[in-house]
Amino acid sequence: MSKLITLQEAISEYVKNGDLVYAAGFTHLIPFAAGHEIIRQGLKDLTLARATPDLIYDMMVAAGCARKVIFSYMGNPGVGSLRFVRSEIEAGRLEWEEYSHFGMISSLQAGATGLPFMPMNLTAAVDLEKVNPLYRSVIDPYSGMQVVVVPPLKPDVAIVHVQRADAEGNAHIWGIIGEQKEAAFAAQSVILTCEEIVDESVIRSDPNRTLIPSFIVDAVCLVPYCSHPSYTQGYYDRDNAFYLQWDEISKSSEAIKAWLDEWVYGVRDRAEYWQKLGAEVHERLKVSSRPSATVDYGNY
Amino acid sequence: MTINASRLLRDGDVVFVGVGLPNLACNLARRTHAPNLLMIYEAGVIGAQPSRLPLSIGDPTLVSGATAVCSMYDVFAFYLQRGNVDVGFMGGAQIDRFGNINATVIGDYFHPKVRLPGSGGSKEIAAWANRCYIITPHQKRRFPAKVDFCTSVGFLNGRAERDAFGLRGGGTQAVVTDIGIMQPDQSGELVLTGLHPARTVEEAKANTGWELKVAADLHITQPPSDEELRILREDLDPTGIYLKGE
Repeated sequence: MSKLITLQEAISEYVKNGDLVYAAGFTHLIPFAAGHEIIRQGLKDLTLARATPDLIYDMMVAAGCARKVIFSYMGNPGVGSLRFVRSEIEAGRLEWEEYSHFGMISSLQAGATGLPFMPMNLTAAVDLEKVNPLYRSVIDPYSGMQVVVVPPLKPDVAIVHVQRADAEGNAHIWGIIGEQKEAAFAAQSVILTCEEIVDESVIRSDPNRTLIPSFIVDAVCLVPYCSHPSYTQGYYDRDNAFYLQWDEISKSSEAIKAWLDEWVYGVRDRAEYWQKLGAEVHERLKVSSRPSATVDYGNY
Repeated sequence: MTINASRLLRDGDVVFVGVGLPNLACNLARRTHAPNLLMIYEAGVIGAQPSRLPLSIGDPTLVSGATAVCSMYDVFAFYLQRGNVDVGFMGGAQIDRFGNINATVIGDYFHPKVRLPGSGGSKEIAAWANRCYIITPHQKRRFPAKVDFCTSVGFLNGRAERDAFGLRGGGTQAVVTDIGIMQPDQSGELVLTGLHPARTVEEAKANTGWELKVAADLHITQPPSDEELRILREDLDPTGIYLKGE
């Protein structure tokens, strides 16, 4: 059964005020278009979880969508500070819950696999474990040694961008796979956005590449260029120039507001946003081909 | 600073690469004395051979031509926690006398004076990689006697304290700055073991927040070769994004 709907419909149906949202993607495949749609629909009081909040959450926090962030690295990757989120935290206006990458991802792993907690070896860096009471420790019943544990992270909604999916939501992903699968399995509802909708036979031609099966997916949205200024491996490049530019924009609330007015509130959807970026940006982000060798599954 | 950091890497090392200058140092090492350096990026890329210098550690150039890509859970669990990483390469806002790193907060955690990005991968890398190296400019504010917040451990309050945790990794092995190199002594305290040409012990002392001891066998580091400088400036960072401070 086809689950194809527009991104507007998917956000409106599956994201509610106050939800815990996980917009997945470690640097790669970050679903910016979905973040922008959440901003346009004026959702409030969200708890926004991501290992790296990245610009998508800087924008959503600046637009007033969030009550709290959950993260493990709050920076503009490769550039420096994630200015808006940082200033809200410094001013005491935004709640936060913090892990290391491994703690965060272990927490998601527990949520995705239905476990009550996930153990990790000791790191001796106990300061974070002291300020985040969700870090606990238990005795390993086999060795008698202490291990650190984190509870399951269970988002109300995961938004996961992929290269291609069929209309039911079986999804192929390649490149950095970050926590795409874990976020999808951990969440109550899953919105899948994709660069291309393909026939089921394409999915079945390479089942090892299917990270997300259709039966955990609620909505499938065709959203080309969904990740910009992040990227989609093999489709378009990361817009590093924009990541540097955001460092300037995010120095003032006025500049952020002006940017949101023009690029989020001022466009109807991702197609219009991409057109507005213009030919020069399209050209700059083009990527040449480097296909993998094909594999032969054999005809049994 | 970057060049001296790159020289600490050995050919064949498996290195967990961090963002910024460590990224540059590892890519330089791979193009000079350590062609068999195996670079692992916390985004889950194994054996990356980037054809351009990645701005972020999740750049698509890391993936194309890599030997493997895995999930973030897998890279931290199978590769790092399991003990398959030789070197962790890190930076930080504050490094203290015992090589502990603060990348989280200046001031009180709940009422931050300056909020920094936080751990990322460093909490686990510092504990579990066999050797850890730190690159940071030599400034007094970056080298307090004790960090405000211990994001990742060197030797806590001394080597014995780290040992008591039974961590598998060997901890901070060297801190490379723009003045010289500091390495832990028997007790785990960082002492000055190397000076870059034309830099002085006095400079190093004046820019360190504890009474910096000087190793008996203090050496002068080899100046950068023309080849190292050329690769850095022309190939790796032609627009000076990383090296603007150096």
